[in-house]
Amino acid sequence: MNTSIIQSRPDFAAIASWIPEGSAVLDLGCGDGSLLRYLRETRKVCGYGVEISDANVATCIANGVNVIQNDLESGLADFEDDAFDFVILSQTLQATKHTEALVKEILRVGREGVVSFPNFGYWQNRMQVMLGRMPVSHDMPYQWYDTPNVHLCTLHDFEDLCATHEVSILARHVMTGGNDVLVLPNLLGSMAVYRVKRSV
Amino acid sequence: MSNSVGIVQAQCATFEQPLIFKSGAVLPRYELMYETYGTLNADKSNAILICHALSGHHHVAGYYADDTKNIGWWDNMVGPGKPIDTLKFFVIGLNNLGGCHGSTGPSSIDPATGKTYGSSFPVVTVEDWVNAQARLADQLGIQRFAAIIGGSLGGMQAMQWALAYPDRVAHVLAIATAPHLTAQNIAFNDVARNAILTDPDFHGGDFYEHGVVPTRGLRLARMLGHITYLSDDAMADKFGRELRHGKLNFSYDIEFQIESYLRYQGDKFAAYFDANTYLLMTKALDYFDPARDLDSDLNRAFAAAKAKFLVVSFTTDWRFSPARSHEIVHALLHNRRDVSYAEVTSDHGHDSFLMDDAQYMAVMKNYLDRVGEECAR
Repeated sequence: MNTSIIQSRPDFAAIASWIPEGSAVLDLGCGDGSLLRYLRETRKVCGYGVEISDANVATCIANGVNVIQNDLESGLADFEDDAFDFVILSQTLQATKHTEALVKEILRVGREGVVSFPNFGYWQNRMQVMLGRMPVSHDMPYQWYDTPNVHLCTLHDFEDLCATHEVSILARHVMTGGNDVLVLPNLLGSMAVYRVKRSV
Repeated sequence: MSNSVGIVQAQCATFEQPLIFKSGAVLPRYELMYETYGTLNADKSNAILICHALSGHHHVAGYYADDTKNIGWWDNMVGPGKPIDTLKFFVIGLNNLGGCHGSTGPSSIDPATGKTYGSSFPVVTVEDWVNAQARLADQLGIQRFAAIIGGSLGGMQAMQWALAYPDRVAHVLAIATAPHLTAQNIAFNDVARNAILTDPDFHGGDFYEHGVVPTRGLRLARMLGHITYLSDDAMADKFGRELRHGKLNFSYDIEFQIESYLRYQGDKFAAYFDANTYLLMTKALDYFDPARDLDSDLNRAFAAAKAKFLVVSFTTDWRFSPARSHEIVHALLHNRRDVSYAEVTSDHGHDSFLMDDAQYMAVMKNYLDRVGEECAR
């Protein structure tokens, strides 16, 4: 199971590499619970997911993953300050409406945050826009009219948001097609994972 | 009948050891009616206890040989291949103390006096019920339940099990319930109680001696309760402003369909339910508050729990709203207990927990399938 998940979600391995064994983890927008299941199996985490979709909640329960059915947009009222070692927002940031408020909530509830998102600045996306079309790619597989993504950003944009809100970036992992990108990440990386924490 | 547990038989367990109530009252001896479905496995690890709500009882699933139309109150949930799968689990339903379906209650004969208990039956709490249920488990040789499941007042019992007997329950399924009632909720119960208490046929609870039944009070109590179990939308959908005879009659007889429905429900209920039991059940609801002696700190109350939890609420349930389930979830999260929470979109208000809803059924089935795998290990 682990191999196939890593192939379809290369950000999972990057996320897992930052999380010490036995950590308390909250996964926001946890989908069918595969990341939490992966982290439970590989890092023995104590994990909970938050998910809004009925089908995903039922699947998480079938997978034995703790899931709290709730809308991320309404905040994280169920969770106390510093309740978790890590709060993960995996490929969900760009689909949230109250993105700024959510980033603050993540770092209220978690001592650290792990955020992954598709990089709008990836050269293929830039090319598509230059050629007069909204980008459609592996990491953003939607047409403009059916996309859940409302707040797409580039690596620079996200880092600006962090600076504005006194969020320090502890680590960054940029990838394209599962391979690490070390040179010109904002141009050559299709997706990024950040490890962040409050600087004050 | 497909997927039914089929013909079932009620059994009676007798307890000769006195039960001391939270109030200090003592019941020297008592009986509990119960039914079981499925087979207890060799290491007795597959038992599930179903705790009933206000008007429930031990007849949870199946039907009686001599009364095939009398189908258990949760037959849609309990049976072979159903979420509470009787092919995997040994399922126990019981009638709580103070009930009116055969367990010792106000309408039973007090051996000390030879008369019905009536007003002398002790005020019973959720804690007392759970203590009595634990003795039934002892008698059946069940040390630890795979799961304890209840909706509404039944959910309170399931939670109480995790708090009072943390080593005796692996999973708690708390459905459409609350960690304690709100003032508004107690207020509804008090109006219902007052309807009964002020019925001239109530006779202070000793109406049995007078050969009468406080039907009017019980009927009103049920009518009020019923309004609160349904959602505004469900009532509007089902009845709207529809008139029974198609025109206004300028009288106080039944005119709107909703009136007809409520009166029918009230009459049906008053014909079989005991007024004293109704009073006791509503009081048990009002009193339940595991955080009461802990500075109202629910986090501290749930520190005792070891069970894994599934908490379920329904969007249109305003009597036990999703916000109340969140309080339970919050306390469990605070204590880092395993918990999943499903908020089921349903039109049926508090009654949703008894209905067939695909998402609700899927959540229950998926959760209990995991519980079943644990038992089989």
